[in-house]
Amino acid sequence: MELINIEGTPKTPTVTMNPTTGVVEIKGRSIPENSIEFYKPVVDWLDEYSSNPAPKTVVNVQLEYFNTSSSKCILDVFKKLEQIKQVSADVVINWYYEEDDEDMLEAGEDYESIIKVPFKMIEIVD
Amino acid sequence: MSLFLNECYTQMNQGEVIVAYKGCINADIISNTLNLIESKLDESVPNTPIRKKLYNVLVESLQNLFHHVDIPPDLDIECDSNFGVFILSKVDNSFRIATGNFIKNSKAPILKEKIDKINSLSKEELKDFYKFVLNNQTFSEKGGGGLGLIDIARKTGNKLDYTFYDYSPEYSFFNMNVLINE
Repeated sequence: MELINIEGTPKTPTVTMNPTTGVVEIKGRSIPENSIEFYKPVVDWLDEYSSNPAPKTVVNVQLEYFNTSSSKCILDVFKKLEQIKQVSADVVINWYYEEDDEDMLEAGEDYESIIKVPFKMIEIVD
Repeated sequence: MSLFLNECYTQMNQGEVIVAYKGCINADIISNTLNLIESKLDESVPNTPIRKKLYNVLVESLQNLFHHVDIPPDLDIECDSNFGVFILSKVDNSFRIATGNFIKNSKAPILKEKIDKINSLSKEELKDFYKFVLNNQTFSEKGGGGLGLIDIARKTGNKLDYTFYDYSPEYSFFNMNVLINE
């Protein structure tokens, strides 16, 4: 499987996905008008990865902003992780939020209540 | 026609205006507007959580204009995309985001019903409603997730104030105002 490395833009996040280490990172801003188009390769990659995942999958999500159109796609990404967890038990989502950003913490908690994958809420302190 | 729009625009224009825009709405205009506002907010809003909340609501408001717009055929404005009005202003201790767009009268009752429902919900109920729509509703063909208005109400903690101005037998001008408390 290929390593994925999508460079971030003012409207889309940096995405790196490594099939060997099992580390996935989504970082930056996710506010595109058409988020389905942006997230399709990410979801497709996870789909392929799910057939032969690394022993441990660690997903780091560190978003400054995301729009509601992205929130659906992020849920799709997390649903794929739920499937991967059924194959290889060790999957964790690290949800980063900036100090005092209660909206971002709450967004993480919303996902945590929907998705059956362990979440770790990590506060970034300046 | 422009007289009609000017009247709507005047009614929307309140407080100390930071950015006001009336015209075509496309992805580039949204990006440019967001960049402009972001640089202004960096200087004028020192509180990071409020600035982020404001920016988030701005993104949703502008993208709502992008995704949900009907243009009356007799509108004497040439747009290859959508047409909308957007005003960010400071009113007392709040930021006010006013948006306006045309809507087919046939769609107005559904929108009104949705906003009234959102306005009737408590903070906890809004959270549950958001999660329900997030998990159960599929994307509309334009890519909207049906979550924008719920998210705006949730993030601002304020009611969505709205007016439908009669334009023609088939179209209305829909104006929505939201406040973000500083």
